[in-house]
Amino acid sequence: MSIAAHRASARRSPRQRKSLALTAVMALFVTYSFVPLAYLVINATKSQDSLLSSFGLWFGDFRLFGNIRETLTYDHGIFLHWLGNTLLYVVLGAGGATVLATVAGYGMAKYAFPGRRAVFAVVLGAIAIPGTALAVPTFLLFSKIGLTNTPFAIILPSLVSPFGLYLIWTYAVDAVPGELLEAARLDGAGEIRIFFTIAVRLLSPGIVTVLLFAVVATWNNYFLPLIMLSNPKWYPLTVGLNQWSAQATGVAAHPIYNLVVTGSLLTILPIVAAFLLLQRYWQSGLSAGSVKQ
Amino acid sequence: MSRKTRTSVGLVGLATAASLALAACGSSSGSDTASSTSSGGSAAAAGAGGSDKLAAALQKGGELTYWTWTPSAQAQVKAFEAAYPKVKVNLVNAGTGNDEYTKLQNAVKAGSGAPDVAQIEYFALPQFALSDSLLDLSGYGFSSLADRYGAGTFGSVSIGGKVYGLPQDSGPMALFYNKKVFAKDGVAVPKTWDEYVAAAKKIHAADPKAYITSDTGDAGMTTSLIWQAGGRPFRTDGTKVSVDLQDPGTKKWTAVWSQLIQGKLLSPTPGWTDDWYKQLGNGQIASLVTGAWMPGVLEGSVKAASGDWAVAPIPTYDGKPVTANNGGSAESVMKQSKTPDLAAAFLKWLNASPDSIKVFLANGGFPATKADLSSPEFVATKPAYFSGQAINEVLQGAANTVSAGWNYLPYQVYANSVFGDTVGKAYQGGGSLDDGLKAWQDAIVKYGKQQGFDVTAT
Repeated sequence: MSIAAHRASARRSPRQRKSLALTAVMALFVTYSFVPLAYLVINATKSQDSLLSSFGLWFGDFRLFGNIRETLTYDHGIFLHWLGNTLLYVVLGAGGATVLATVAGYGMAKYAFPGRRAVFAVVLGAIAIPGTALAVPTFLLFSKIGLTNTPFAIILPSLVSPFGLYLIWTYAVDAVPGELLEAARLDGAGEIRIFFTIAVRLLSPGIVTVLLFAVVATWNNYFLPLIMLSNPKWYPLTVGLNQWSAQATGVAAHPIYNLVVTGSLLTILPIVAAFLLLQRYWQSGLSAGSVKQ
Repeated sequence: MSRKTRTSVGLVGLATAASLALAACGSSSGSDTASSTSSGGSAAAAGAGGSDKLAAALQKGGELTYWTWTPSAQAQVKAFEAAYPKVKVNLVNAGTGNDEYTKLQNAVKAGSGAPDVAQIEYFALPQFALSDSLLDLSGYGFSSLADRYGAGTFGSVSIGGKVYGLPQDSGPMALFYNKKVFAKDGVAVPKTWDEYVAAAKKIHAADPKAYITSDTGDAGMTTSLIWQAGGRPFRTDGTKVSVDLQDPGTKKWTAVWSQLIQGKLLSPTPGWTDDWYKQLGNGQIASLVTGAWMPGVLEGSVKAASGDWAVAPIPTYDGKPVTANNGGSAESVMKQSKTPDLAAAFLKWLNASPDSIKVFLANGGFPATKADLSSPEFVATKPAYFSGQAINEVLQGAANTVSAGWNYLPYQVYANSVFGDTVGKAYQGGGSLDDGLKAWQDAIVKYGKQQGFDVTAT
């Protein structure tokens, strides 16, 4: 992406400016960021034995398809179960968080009501608290109402996205002109109709951005499910893979690093796909307001 | 990068959760004493009819939840359900070791969510017993099972005259060594620790990439080696704890191990990583002083070195055979269990019945029961991996020479979690091993006092 941008700007500007040092630094960073990915891809093709005996950044025996098959069938196909759980948490948790953040953010931006400043302060404060710090109190709360070890223990906390709310809020202030809403009201449209036919469309880059963040956060969520869930049947992929990895330790250790690596590769594929699909909306959202119209 | 940050945040959080849970246990242990005595009383009254009660519970049937990470559990539960069709056992792998303990602590603190039966390693058992999370099983007549197990092993599950579980496996330590490397470098199998240090020098001199063993600071290994050297740094009597990590036995161990650390004779590869497995296979880690459960791990996961490894008794200080336990777990009935009779019946079957132990051994477990340790069939086993050596003869000998009287701290899980911050520094060249142990002692004393224990340091 950066190279394309560089070329584009070079074409536009009459004087081509090249910096060997900058290119070298960039190349270094690109390598640095791609080495872990390369490691993952290369080592997903190896068997457990060859994973341990061959050089980490080059191929040993080629067993990718065998690994994938074994990952999907190991322990009665528990990996697919975990994948299903992760999808469930992402669709309901991240999807719900996006809907709630959109509705609330739009409301906060476009309607004046008493206590708005207080809500603003609370939301800002909530952004500052990392979710990990809230995991233990949330656990105790959920345990009191008997929701631990159920999918609700993951979905309900995921529904709350103060950052998403804040993002939609600030975005809606500029992206949805008040005049447009007034015009719609004069034409006789109800508030709900205005929201769905006008506001949502104008907000769509913001919504996609929030969705992207929420999906990534929920997909990678590790600590909350780790303490909430004790039954592997409800684990998401992150916790499940960690359990596979922990199998290599201690009495009766049984390392299956090849499956952990292959499983990790399979785990990041959907999130990479989601990112590639959604990022163009996100980009158009980022540039909004940067140019005077 | 963000992934990495996330992990470290997760780890910090985990530690926080564990310490929060611990804090809860420490503070509640006082108030719960009343309930523990009352249940102890009723259990004692039921003592005579204890086994009838278990048989009745099995006949009546019901449902149990069992947390374990033992690979043999699935087969064992299957055999149990076949024998007692009215009982359904929900087998849950809630994580290995510390992951499971965090969850257990959370469940204890929250007052619900604990399983009926849980696997708990010997080092962690006192912590759960003293926080009143485990059921005292002496009321079911479990005290009379003591003579089936080795004294040291059963001692690990009985605290203050109460029985808090039944041993599943044991880990008497022995020396596992790569005889190919030893032969190549002309090193004789060391019988004493002095010989071991000499062997370490020789092996590292012959190949700068090879080390006699790897140790980057592991609390479990350290406590086991202090145990073997005759050190008894932790003493517990109710809520009274005394810590002395400078006692003569501990000093004996540090005198040897400091030579290895300061001579840079220990492999810097952390245990249980893929590099570690790799170096066990290619001879760069030439020996391991570890529990008798290791053969199964070597056979299953270090296939590259098949035929290279052999077993010998652990080196000693004066030539007299003595060893200690490393690793090993018991199963306990959680106090939260709603069907304690059934849970105890299952536990008794699991770790005291020949049917279950047979399944356990078939899955590569190392027994805790004397009868199985000395059975001719077990002793005569000659695995091809160890080129036909009768390794169980050596390991059985180790099981019979575990020195008695060892105690873990009533908060050993926490103590082990700060081991790296204190003693671990010595391994990275930051001060002597003795200084590291002193710092560990300070951390242990401070934490214990915060938790309401009466801790004395000597």
